[in-house]
Amino acid sequence: MPADLNLRLGLPGSDQTDVDAAKSNKRASPEKAEDTASNGVPAAKSADDHETAPAPKAQIVGWPPVKSYRKSTAAAVKKAEAESGMYVKVSMDGAPYLRKIDIKLYNGYSHLLTALEDMFKLSIGEYSEREGYKGSEYAPAYEDKDGDLMLVGDVPWEMFMSSCKRLRIMRGADARGLGCAQ
Amino acid sequence: MAYSFPEEVLEHVFSFLSSDRDRNAVSLVCKSWYDIERWCRRRIFVGNCYAVSPEIVIRRFPELRAVEMKGKPHFADFNLVPEGWGAYAYPWIAAMAEAYPFLEEIKLKRMVVTDESLELISKSYKNFKVLVLTSCEGFTTDGLASIAANCRHLRELDLRESEVEDLSGHWLSHFPDSCTSLVSLNMSCLGSEVSFSALERLVARSPNLRTLRLNRAVPLERLANLIRRAPQLVELGTGAYSAEIRSDTFSNLADAFSACKQLKTLSGFWDVVPSYLPAMYSVCSGITSLNLSYAAIPSSDLVKLINQCQNLQRLWVLDYIEDSGLDALAASCKGLQELRVFPSDPFGAEPNVPLTEQGLVSVSEGCPKLESVLYFCRQMSNAALIAIAKNRPNFIRFRLCIIDPQAPDYLTLEPLDTGFGAIVENCKELRRLSMTGLLTDRVFKYIGSHAKKLEMLSVAFAGDSDLGLHHVLSGCDSLRKLEIRDCPFGDKALLANAAKLETMRSLWMSSCFVSFGACKLLAQKMPRLNVEVIDERGPPESRPEGCSVERVYVYRTVDSRQRLDRPDFVWTLDEDSSLRYS
Repeated sequence: MPADLNLRLGLPGSDQTDVDAAKSNKRASPEKAEDTASNGVPAAKSADDHETAPAPKAQIVGWPPVKSYRKSTAAAVKKAEAESGMYVKVSMDGAPYLRKIDIKLYNGYSHLLTALEDMFKLSIGEYSEREGYKGSEYAPAYEDKDGDLMLVGDVPWEMFMSSCKRLRIMRGADARGLGCAQ
Repeated sequence: MAYSFPEEVLEHVFSFLSSDRDRNAVSLVCKSWYDIERWCRRRIFVGNCYAVSPEIVIRRFPELRAVEMKGKPHFADFNLVPEGWGAYAYPWIAAMAEAYPFLEEIKLKRMVVTDESLELISKSYKNFKVLVLTSCEGFTTDGLASIAANCRHLRELDLRESEVEDLSGHWLSHFPDSCTSLVSLNMSCLGSEVSFSALERLVARSPNLRTLRLNRAVPLERLANLIRRAPQLVELGTGAYSAEIRSDTFSNLADAFSACKQLKTLSGFWDVVPSYLPAMYSVCSGITSLNLSYAAIPSSDLVKLINQCQNLQRLWVLDYIEDSGLDALAASCKGLQELRVFPSDPFGAEPNVPLTEQGLVSVSEGCPKLESVLYFCRQMSNAALIAIAKNRPNFIRFRLCIIDPQAPDYLTLEPLDTGFGAIVENCKELRRLSMTGLLTDRVFKYIGSHAKKLEMLSVAFAGDSDLGLHHVLSGCDSLRKLEIRDCPFGDKALLANAAKLETMRSLWMSSCFVSFGACKLLAQKMPRLNVEVIDERGPPESRPEGCSVERVYVYRTVDSRQRLDRPDFVWTLDEDSSLRYS
């Protein structure tokens, strides 16, 4: 191969002449097909470490390489998911049978807790990060994806919705460990 | 010659040769063998419809019964080939209609097929039996009606993954009552509802029906009646697999399935209601191929189903299976040969399911016969790839797609060169490879050195310089198809390896750094290559010197004429380097 080959990362025409290729692990972002400079060479966007947050990636033509009939299926699946409920079992310590609720129907923790209070005829009280559900005999807990028992209210609502596998209303002594003052 | 065998004897001997390679070898022995062979060849496969012309084929092989052909390059599947590029079936169909009145089979892939072509097929061949249109487009259900109505001995009608303009479901009712020869019907890509009674009657009067792939519009409530009429089915594609949960629907379905003792392949499964999956359990132990790639089924239900299918050899599934589901697969299905995991949310920036490189590592560990993989995921590491390579040196096809196109090793932030290097080094029988992620010229060096049996390579957003392309073109002895997008590869490597291109079927390069000048030079150097510049911005010579072309498609051809069906954005270059464009 000719010796005058200029080996470097990044596309020709970019400002980024990165001699030490080994160190740099960020490359010019891939471009949309339409996005070309006047000389016809795809312009390089330099993605350097000074950006505070990564810019949302532009939709690249033909990427990811999924055939079009699959894309519409994926969209349909998403839609179906969005329309279907997110039912989880709710148990209460001491109750003879469980209930099931669709957590998609609730727009936040207070909404959910009010509904639970209604359903089981009890009072749960206010959440505080420091003290959990202080003043209440009950603590609402949930089992997450990893199988751990967690106190309801610690994580953002969206995250809770996607990680909650079942709900458990704990009471009395058991509840103490979850931040409920007695 | 006094001692040569009579023609009839040689013909009889040749009739035992089915592989194209063997027949081609036989043709090269001497002129008389060439002549005898060409008169008795019945099947041909044309990998690139522009590599040869209908006239040349017809002149050489006057007695064909079966033609299989491919048109557009593979990247057309991902919208990288502009609409109107070519691959029209009509010229072939028209020429063959005259030359081969006894033609029985036509199989086309990625070609443009019109209703006119379909009608011509249905009227020209008295004994037409097999029509397979894979990823084709350009026709409507009217064309299908012609086929159904006129092909009296039709055995196979398979429209896999084609884009059909669906005017109505009425086409199916065009099969006459006298048509009882159907062996295979695949209508899964169609949208509209066919007449269920017509479908049931068709199935009932087709005792040889082995493959039935329904479309989504066939509701679950209808499925039981259909399969009851065809208990001999070997391959079944369901329609929508959802219905109100009712015990009579369930037991009806379960009963019908239990009568199908030969069922080996299941597909379809749109809109699945998991409660209905157990209706299939009775057939699961015989199932070898399962396509759940349209089914949004939670991992736990998938696992229950997979655990029933101990003899599974092929599984296509969405990433809803999660790493945990793949662990279960690795534990249950020791005969697994092929796995494809598709993304449920390909355009989402964040992972929507816990599916990572770990799932693939598990399967590669647990399934000793695994040889073919297509895997979409959102993170990968060199360590995982090295483990996979060591676990499974028997890979033949390895296609990995990391959703973020230049994602590095997520643990070390290094390029994934060593990981893919391990794949090509360990998997000595590798024939097909698709790579993604952060990749430098180094990975191409590994590929050039080790991938001696590699026939097809797909590359995107990889490499640093022409050296990368040079390594592949100079090192991969078995390379037939190379497709590249968005890589900094250009003129030098292409021109230095011009001769290599004649040993391959085709080379596709889009959004790279190939100049028009290099394309002209290449065409000049290599008269038996067609060099097509596909550029929608206007005439390439009107752009500044050194400017890159949008796309270049290079393929070998024995048809020396220029393509007459070129659209105005395709420029082909010939020997004297004069520009020809319409």
